[in-house]
Amino acid sequence: MSDAPLPCCSVRGLTKSHGEILANDGVDLEIRQGEIFGLLGPNGAGKSTLVRQLTGLLRPDAGSVEILGHDVVRHPDRAARLLGYLGQESTALDELTVALAAETTGRLRGLTRAAARAESAGVLAELGLTPLAARPLAKLSGGQRRLACFAATLVGERPLLVLDEPTTGMDPVARRAVWSAVDRRRAERGTTVLLVTHNVIEAETVLDRVAVLDEGRVIACDTPGGLKAMVDGDVRLDLVWRTEPPLEVAAVARLAERAERTGRRWTLRTTPDEARELVAAVTTGPAFAALDDFTLATPSLEDVYLRLGGRHQGLAK
Amino acid sequence: MSVLTPTPVKAAPLAAPLAPAARLLPALAAVYRAQLARAKVARIPLMFVATFQSVGILVMMRGVVDSGDNPSARAVVAGSSVLVVAFVALNLLAQYFGKLRATGGLDHFATLPVPAASVVLGAAAAYASFTLPGALVTAAFGSVLFGLSLAHVWVLLAVVPLAGAALSGLGATLGLLAPKQELATMAGQLGMSAALLLGVLPASHLPAAVRALRDLLPSTYGVDAFAATFARHPDWPLVLADLTVCAGVGVLSLVLATWSYRRATTR
Repeated sequence: MSDAPLPCCSVRGLTKSHGEILANDGVDLEIRQGEIFGLLGPNGAGKSTLVRQLTGLLRPDAGSVEILGHDVVRHPDRAARLLGYLGQESTALDELTVALAAETTGRLRGLTRAAARAESAGVLAELGLTPLAARPLAKLSGGQRRLACFAATLVGERPLLVLDEPTTGMDPVARRAVWSAVDRRRAERGTTVLLVTHNVIEAETVLDRVAVLDEGRVIACDTPGGLKAMVDGDVRLDLVWRTEPPLEVAAVARLAERAERTGRRWTLRTTPDEARELVAAVTTGPAFAALDDFTLATPSLEDVYLRLGGRHQGLAK
Repeated sequence: MSVLTPTPVKAAPLAAPLAPAARLLPALAAVYRAQLARAKVARIPLMFVATFQSVGILVMMRGVVDSGDNPSARAVVAGSSVLVVAFVALNLLAQYFGKLRATGGLDHFATLPVPAASVVLGAAAAYASFTLPGALVTAAFGSVLFGLSLAHVWVLLAVVPLAGAALSGLGATLGLLAPKQELATMAGQLGMSAALLLGVLPASHLPAAVRALRDLLPSTYGVDAFAATFARHPDWPLVLADLTVCAGVGVLSLVLATWSYRRATTR
């Protein structure tokens, strides 16, 4: 037996089809204990299908899933005793008050009434939800409701948290509360987090490692820095024209053939040297007069996704 | 000296310990309490609708049924009272579970270590509880309107939970098995319409085929039990027999609902 620590989650050859569509196509993943691991990909990449198999909600067609040494394909009921899951829907909790939603979820996670009440009060205070404790979820804004569902996920401690787009609709204060709560649990209890997201900025700032999914397959898996190193040297130039681009300028005409065009916005991935020349060309003469704005940026995970052969433009910037 | 053997480890020796699962009764109590609290937000207006509907039927039927202790008056009052239970426990519960299933809300319960029976029985018990005040109000109003004795109205305290168990189990099953939310709503409405038509009209006036259908409906036995208690000297063994059928159907329909929940949450 090896001395390597037990992985938190180990997925081998996971395959699942919905009718004709292959939602997961031989997915392999290993998530270490205590890491914040992300699944990144556009809508329809197979992220939610993968997560539903890890949480025991969906039975795979083939492959294995082990969570902290437990085979959850054979024993899907064990998943609920190993992980806390935040899904995308809140209909089960919508008509409850924030406090009762958190407390009831804790009780259904096996806590006694007193323990559920105490933990729930603690989590609400930690996330700044105490002033909203007596309000029904259905009467809250989308971001507040999402935060209340996140609170319910935290009541009744679990070594693994599976969060499916947890910060959708949240303001920056709520987002910060979520990531502080996650960090605290990781530092104090070694909690592992599996995060599903299509928000590139969030992925780059909070994740230890990220798996990029496209059409049901993992096309890359590394740290955000490691992934970005794959497109190192490239930069992204964004140009926004006031009205019609001045195609009579030779440099602009050449650019028109290569740039990815979305309305008045042109995006080009290129070397720093060429980018410098292009910036010089468009910031002088008639081109500059037609230019509304431009940005020159280092590569993001979106660029990595496209470089890796991702075929969809669905990642948020 | 005997040596205590450790509890066998369920998974590989490396596996992490599992958190305890929620036990049946505490989890049932938690679901029940949460569902009752939902009433404050969403159910009270619907309770008025349920009661108002039954009271309306009483007033309407008063136009065609004579006052005084007669089989038709008994059937109308008992049928209208149990209709409140059918409206909420069958119709609204079918809609609730239909919505949960259609929107993915069942995932919340399915990813918690909670017995299926706790979720189904907790919700069913809460929905049945909502109906008690409405059923009592309808029975009292109907008895006064039709000049029936209120002496044994307390029997509703047995009829409502037993008919409630049977109807809510049926409602939950319809909601959990319906492939679409609209079908769950339609099935709930149809079930309630059946309880209305077959419960309120006196059985003796119905054709044989419809009477057979009436015998298949779980609420029928609640209606018959309650109707029999308007007599000055009720036939208590008969009442008890009807309530026993109600209880038996209740157990069966709740078992079926629990099976439907498991089926809906493991795909």
